[in-house]
Amino acid sequence: MPTINSLEDLKKIREEALRKREVRNASGQKQIIVGMGTCGIAAGARDTMKAILEKIESEGLTGISVSQTGCIGLCEMEPIVQIQVGEGEKITYGKINPEKAAKIIQDHVLGGAVVKEYMITL
Amino acid sequence: MKELSLHILDIAENSVGASSTQIKIEVRESTSNDRLRICIIDNGKGMSPEQVEKVIDPFVTSRTTRKVGLGIPLLKAAAEMCDGYLAIESQLGHGTKLTVEFKKSHIDRMPMGDLPGTILQLVVGYPKINFIFVYSINEVEHIFDDKLIKQELDGIPLTEPEILAYIRKEIEAGYYELFPVLEY
Repeated sequence: MPTINSLEDLKKIREEALRKREVRNASGQKQIIVGMGTCGIAAGARDTMKAILEKIESEGLTGISVSQTGCIGLCEMEPIVQIQVGEGEKITYGKINPEKAAKIIQDHVLGGAVVKEYMITL
Repeated sequence: MKELSLHILDIAENSVGASSTQIKIEVRESTSNDRLRICIIDNGKGMSPEQVEKVIDPFVTSRTTRKVGLGIPLLKAAAEMCDGYLAIESQLGHGTKLTVEFKKSHIDRMPMGDLPGTILQLVVGYPKINFIFVYSINEVEHIFDDKLIKQELDGIPLTEPEILAYIRKEIEAGYYELFPVLEY
């Protein structure tokens, strides 16, 4: 993995990422959304998101975007993580600690298999 | 919430909810005065004086008026327990500034916790918002501003591993230079 030390390096990374994006569009962008309302934060969502970012960085997983959202009204199920792979259905997972998040990335985001046991049926 | 950094995250999420495009977080410590001050300043939609009163009082606050729950009252109580205070200045259409101050050495003061990790999450989690972090101890200051990084990347996910590593190191380098880990 190249190390970025300056904005110049960042420009190169951007060119590279733009090229990869075309490939990715064919296979589908992978999106991870973490609920970060007061309820999520109090339930441990920050540590869940930290685990997700650490896994992406340490294993060099590309093509995954991670973002945050506020309270979605299921406070008792926090921390909540939503996954969308390409045009597929958005899956909502509840009570996701760092370990469960790692499994979801492995099985669902990378492997394409929904982890049914952690799923919330809306 | 057991860490000040979790409260900072919570307050910043309020700023996100107020449609801010720029959020500035300042953490200032003074050993001579024994104070720890945190300011969160946004350029969001702001609040009327009545709304400000409501977000401070947990028994008046309601989710339908504004998306603020118990976060602010809890932080206010924590600050007042530590010879400190919480104040909100806000102007409709211009933004909000929340200031919270603690006596740094107070036995009940929550630890800061993982502030660099929290900041990283905000920076990558909201790619369209410009985050500025100012850490200062006894007037020595370090500033992290993600504006250039976000401009340069122009829509490329900030969670690409190389980019993530770069941003994480930028934030940590500045922070740990001023705040050695053991101090917390």
